[in-house]
Amino acid sequence: MATIGASFSGSPTRLSTPARIGLHVLLFLFSTIMLAPFAVMLVVSLIPNTAFLARDFSPANFSLQNYVRTFEAVPFGRYYINSIVVAVSVTVLQILISSLAAFAFARLRFRGREAIFLFYLATLMIPFPVTLIPNFLIVKNLGWYDTYLALIVPSLFSVFSTFLLRQYYRGLPLDFDEAARMDGASSLRIWWQIIVPLSGPVLATLSIFVFQGVWNDFLWPLVVTTSETMRTIPVGLAAFVGQYSTAWDLLMAGSVIALLPVLVLYVIGQKWFVQGIALSGMGGR
Amino acid sequence: MTPHTSSRRLFRWRPDQQWEGYLFILPSFLGFLVFIVLAVVMSLGISVSEWGLTGFKGFAGLINYQQLLRDPVFWQTSWNTAFYIVTIVPLQLALGLIMAVGLNQAIRGALVYRLIYFMPVVTTIVAGAIVFRLLLSTNGPVNSLLASAFGLFNLPFSAPNWLGSSQFSKWSVVLLTLWKNTGFTMVVYLAALQGVPRELYDAAHTDGANGWQRFRNVTLPLISPTTFFLFIFQMIGAFQLFTEPFVMTRGGPANSSLSVVQYIYFAAFRDIRMDKAAAMAWVLFIFIFAFTLFQNFMQKRWVYYESE
Repeated sequence: MATIGASFSGSPTRLSTPARIGLHVLLFLFSTIMLAPFAVMLVVSLIPNTAFLARDFSPANFSLQNYVRTFEAVPFGRYYINSIVVAVSVTVLQILISSLAAFAFARLRFRGREAIFLFYLATLMIPFPVTLIPNFLIVKNLGWYDTYLALIVPSLFSVFSTFLLRQYYRGLPLDFDEAARMDGASSLRIWWQIIVPLSGPVLATLSIFVFQGVWNDFLWPLVVTTSETMRTIPVGLAAFVGQYSTAWDLLMAGSVIALLPVLVLYVIGQKWFVQGIALSGMGGR
Repeated sequence: MTPHTSSRRLFRWRPDQQWEGYLFILPSFLGFLVFIVLAVVMSLGISVSEWGLTGFKGFAGLINYQQLLRDPVFWQTSWNTAFYIVTIVPLQLALGLIMAVGLNQAIRGALVYRLIYFMPVVTTIVAGAIVFRLLLSTNGPVNSLLASAFGLFNLPFSAPNWLGSSQFSKWSVVLLTLWKNTGFTMVVYLAALQGVPRELYDAAHTDGANGWQRFRNVTLPLISPTTFFLFIFQMIGAFQLFTEPFVMTRGGPANSSLSVVQYIYFAAFRDIRMDKAAAMAWVLFIFIFAFTLFQNFMQKRWVYYESE
């Protein structure tokens, strides 16, 4: 009993054989539930709708025909380009802007520093729906509606990223700066040649966190785009559902097209993905 | 700020860094002023105005807020969102914790399991919602399974109409959200579990505590700060549910799965009632804020901090 109970304690103990088998059964069951939607997606994407509805999975039905038809029906290539342009620009520029500000908040001494930073922090609680409507109006008045600028610029300013980088920069010894200043280095040089190179891991995890957030974002691109050529992948995929609500063969092919590159990247760089996305959760530790 | 009285090096004022400091934060601060500060002020202003297709039409006081109270759809969406919170948050914490405890054992394949559990987290939620539409359709795979299970055990049930009935539409959204987000909870819990010192378990073991007692009295208190954080984090997420019902059920049937944020979206961009939508956004904000404060106050009762 004690050994079976050990599996519930949360402590990494060597389990007895029956406990280990029971645990594997449970974990395998969870895996099946998590994987089933992907498996269904893949199988249905390879057979005609009629075959799926008749549950006829004979090998003769399998083909890549649905993918061809999906690419004919929807400009997925264009959605991809849009998603890549937006996600890469936001990730690079947001981290650059946040890093500059975080460097000042952490390592430069100027009047009003703490007050401004507190002002930043005070806005962390504001939920996205509050700023959604005014930001739509701002973007529209700037003439950015349905352009890359609308998709990119409002997402460049992140209090969270600034906060996170500031915490990291505060932890680096100030002696580095002092020594470099003795040698006549400017603040800009200290930031770019000392602080940024020292923050490789945190920049990598933050990049993945920001990138996948923008890549999967739905509400904002939905609101600021209207033409088919400006849609990102999630928005394009959702519009696809509107047109082909029960054409499961095409919908599943479209979903696979949307997911495959991200899932491949995830499997390759699992460690970084998990760290990056869990970043927002590490505040609890 | 009085620089000369501070003995902390970090806070000493450096005149030469005064303008530099401002320059470094300038890009960030300008964006912050426009897209966050100005946006919040505008949002509040719109919510107390009459705001139509052409923009500002006049000051309206609290009329938009009063209209909300008399709007049955707003009450319906509030109820739906409350349902999402009370189902998704506890279920996700429980499932995530079970997975994390399982993976924290010395077993083979833990990394593969983690890879699989976390896969839905990196998935575009729109694609997830589309597959769940298929899985939960009236003649879909889930109902095929249920029908055969009911037949096998001779149970007098029929498979539900997940997406097309007001009774089950919210559960469909809950299922999708659990599938999508539990892996995240699991990863955060796993990190917390790995931070629990072994000596504490050994000590409890020596004192004769069994597995369940060690879990109840050692593990749970030590990871309670993580539970608290996840609780708040998931609650805020559930308050703002949008894409899941938007793609999967369109909020239907008869608004039975419509979330508050979805209603904000429809009010602003379909009905062109930005004033009403802004008022709703502020009500949502007030609720999120109040619940977070309340939880923060309540945490003294159940969250254990080692330093105390």
